[in-house]
Amino acid sequence: MKNRLTYVVTALTLIVALSGLRADAAPPNVSYFKLANGMEIVVVPDRRTPVVTHMVWYKVGAADETPGKSGLAHFLEHLMFKGTATNPAGRFSKELAAIGGQENAFTGSDYTGYYQRASREHLRMLMEFEADRMTGLVLTDEVVAPELNVVLEEQNQRVANSPAARLGEQVEAALYLNHPYGRPVIGWRPEIEKLTREDALAFYVRFYTPNNAILVVAGDVSADEVKAMAEATYGKIAPRAQIGPRIRPQEPPQVSRRQVTLADPQVAQPSFQRSYLVPSAATAKAGESEAIEVLAHVLGNGTASRLYRTLVVDRALAVSTGAWYQGSALDSTRFGVYGTPKPNVSLTQIEDAIDEVLNEVLVNGVSEDELTRSKNRLLADAIYAQDSQATMARWYGTALTTGSTVEKVGSWPDRIRQVTADAVRNAARSWLDRSHSVSGYLIKEQPKREEKRS
Amino acid sequence: MNMQARSIKLAVTAAFAALFFALTAPAQATTIERVVSPGGIEAWLVREPAVPVIAMDFSFRGGSNQDPVTKSGLAYMVSSMLDEGAGDLDANAFNRLMQENALELRFNASRDHFSGSVRVLRDRQAQSFDLVRLALTAPRLEAEALERVRAQVLSSLRRETTSPGDIATRLWWKTAFPNHPYGRPNNGSLESVPLLTPDDLRSYVKRVFARDNLKVAVVGDIDAATLGPLLDRVFGALPAKSNLSPVPQAPPQAAGRRIVVDLDVPQAVLSLGGTGISRKDPDFIPAFIVNHILGGGSFSSRLYNEVREKRGLAYGVYSYLLPLDHSALFMSSTQTRADRAGEALDLIEAEIRRMAAEGPTEDELAKAKAYLKGSYALAFDTSTKIAGALLAIQTAELGIDYIDKRNGLIDAVTIADTKRVAKRLAAGGLLVTVVGRPKGITSKDNGG
Repeated sequence: MKNRLTYVVTALTLIVALSGLRADAAPPNVSYFKLANGMEIVVVPDRRTPVVTHMVWYKVGAADETPGKSGLAHFLEHLMFKGTATNPAGRFSKELAAIGGQENAFTGSDYTGYYQRASREHLRMLMEFEADRMTGLVLTDEVVAPELNVVLEEQNQRVANSPAARLGEQVEAALYLNHPYGRPVIGWRPEIEKLTREDALAFYVRFYTPNNAILVVAGDVSADEVKAMAEATYGKIAPRAQIGPRIRPQEPPQVSRRQVTLADPQVAQPSFQRSYLVPSAATAKAGESEAIEVLAHVLGNGTASRLYRTLVVDRALAVSTGAWYQGSALDSTRFGVYGTPKPNVSLTQIEDAIDEVLNEVLVNGVSEDELTRSKNRLLADAIYAQDSQATMARWYGTALTTGSTVEKVGSWPDRIRQVTADAVRNAARSWLDRSHSVSGYLIKEQPKREEKRS
Repeated sequence: MNMQARSIKLAVTAAFAALFFALTAPAQATTIERVVSPGGIEAWLVREPAVPVIAMDFSFRGGSNQDPVTKSGLAYMVSSMLDEGAGDLDANAFNRLMQENALELRFNASRDHFSGSVRVLRDRQAQSFDLVRLALTAPRLEAEALERVRAQVLSSLRRETTSPGDIATRLWWKTAFPNHPYGRPNNGSLESVPLLTPDDLRSYVKRVFARDNLKVAVVGDIDAATLGPLLDRVFGALPAKSNLSPVPQAPPQAAGRRIVVDLDVPQAVLSLGGTGISRKDPDFIPAFIVNHILGGGSFSSRLYNEVREKRGLAYGVYSYLLPLDHSALFMSSTQTRADRAGEALDLIEAEIRRMAAEGPTEDELAKAKAYLKGSYALAFDTSTKIAGALLAIQTAELGIDYIDKRNGLIDAVTIADTKRVAKRLAAGGLLVTVVGRPKGITSKDNGG
């Protein structure tokens, strides 16, 4: 017998299955235009609070580095805070702090971004500073040397101190036989150590130019206001480099399953992970990337997912398990599954159990009920995102630096709605192929006996 | 001051039983309403209809400090078990309904509070809040689910045994608070977690989840008239009174001690801490400013400059005030290259001493004030952030007009205030725990 709550909710689910979350998931009133110098501009109004998020995204990331110079895109990101001819080191940050603004920057394989958040009336000032450092950066050995040490400590903190992070790097490196996505964004340590001021400036001059940049402003401002301010600041910068198509070495057909094991005395909890090479939103056929997205959700997002139900609840083999898909990427991207065993359960048992779940989907597909639940949850993310101007800015910036468009971001909810159970099964059959995958095993290595150190 | 004119406005709304009088002009940007349900449950509400989402944050006083001595990790376990089935719904049914309704429901046990954070779609609020009600008032807390969640918690605890940051932090708290709830780990230990039973969980819920120690903040597309009855539906079935064990006030111990734990990793992790300033202390705001100048969040603090910017010894270095219900702490932390760890520690301790001796400069004070005032609005640009801020103001008992008053409190701080309070940060010295193979740092006892 069902209780009242279940009954009501079930009835409502039927309605939603028919109507979806149509009106609410529609994107807000987003504007897109270009300056005469080629700089792209996206404005995402959010008039609830008198603050703005101001971001400049460059269409360059770790995958655009010259071989041998891994970590350069990220190192330059750090050095962009070291001052210009007009605004010496620290002035931007100091003036920003004086108005209560916050700032940071980030680097990915396909993009590098800089942002500030501040009260709306300071937007023009943010644009002046950011426009100035688009071409005016000045670097001396005096500031470059300590910053290289900072980046090396960042590598220690994120990677070297953590066996799980080191295994993650190895899995990615093994997955990409030819494409630079196999390099860690932060770089390989021996190559980071050799990066120089000259490397950074050459990279800067080659890629930092208005015709390779996207301005995203979200918050309490209109498109007209942004346009006028952007023309008066960024609009004054002449393009200084020709930017060709972003052509990276592509993956050859992959023909063998690979396995990577990292054994370390520091591993107190073993785990299993596997990455597959799959199409990204930019490289997939129409509807395919959306189907992979739904597939990842049905398989492994949350405690109602297939993997969790099977491995954690029904068979009690794992403490955690899941699946994910990195859809935003210019080139072929990754789909991942993972699992952490309970004590006395081997990684092989976990891997086999995950494979059984994957096979079940390959053979029988997913149910309409699973499909509807996952699609609704994904659509809800588009509604929740509208509650945060910073999240919206990040969505658009990521999209436009990874081969997508403002229109495609807007049509994403509709495209997710159109995913069918057949499409999900076909995606699984096409892409969950072990011959283009890498399995990673994190295991404990018994420490060798050694002299006690004080 | 255009920004201030448009920032959060306050209006205390008188509300009795089922009647709600909104005394604010509808045109105003944002107002905080005090809503009291027919059943007498109070919530602070900011109505914001622009996005079809409702955020609700709530908390009960009494977090992990209510864990029995041998059962540390109990509150944390409860926080992980409330969505594992409730009422007539088993864990599977509950989780499917959460997903169907896109309900985001998270529970958290801190040292002093058990809290919940909810986000619901406006059009699913009835079903979603019913799930919240069930989780709070009728959680199943059954043995089967407990074994599943226990395995997950133990797995994290095993991971922590070789994670340098976790080792440093756990050792710091254990040493600073011997024989006090704060000294026992929030998420428990490999020894205590296996001892937890369903009855322990039920007993915790019964003692802590009550209407007399509940605070609620709501932000989003919902009005006071709708929220009132909703509060009764979600929280009305809770007992009227909580039954908390008393927790003694406890200043941190072991000032002056340094403890090094050997771990073969390239980077040393340092945790430093000493006495801080209580949230109710009249000098809290001056101390907050002094900490901002010393090691607060921006790219301009003294510690950031000395340790990262000038020497590149670390990616991150910071300090913060941690006012607890039963203690007050000043903490600092960094992760630094092992071969220069001693240098980094010396720099941090020297900067803390210099701040105590001299205080900040007039210029630093002016800049810190400008930053702290200007950045306040950034804490109010999403429903979730506003709900979190309103809840924090309630639990600290700062008053419903605090947001309006806050920048004035910052402005009123003088250089004399900062010099006075700077001497109080870590006044008796610092307890330092270090994990790694730090060159230039060795263990030492108090008073060395």
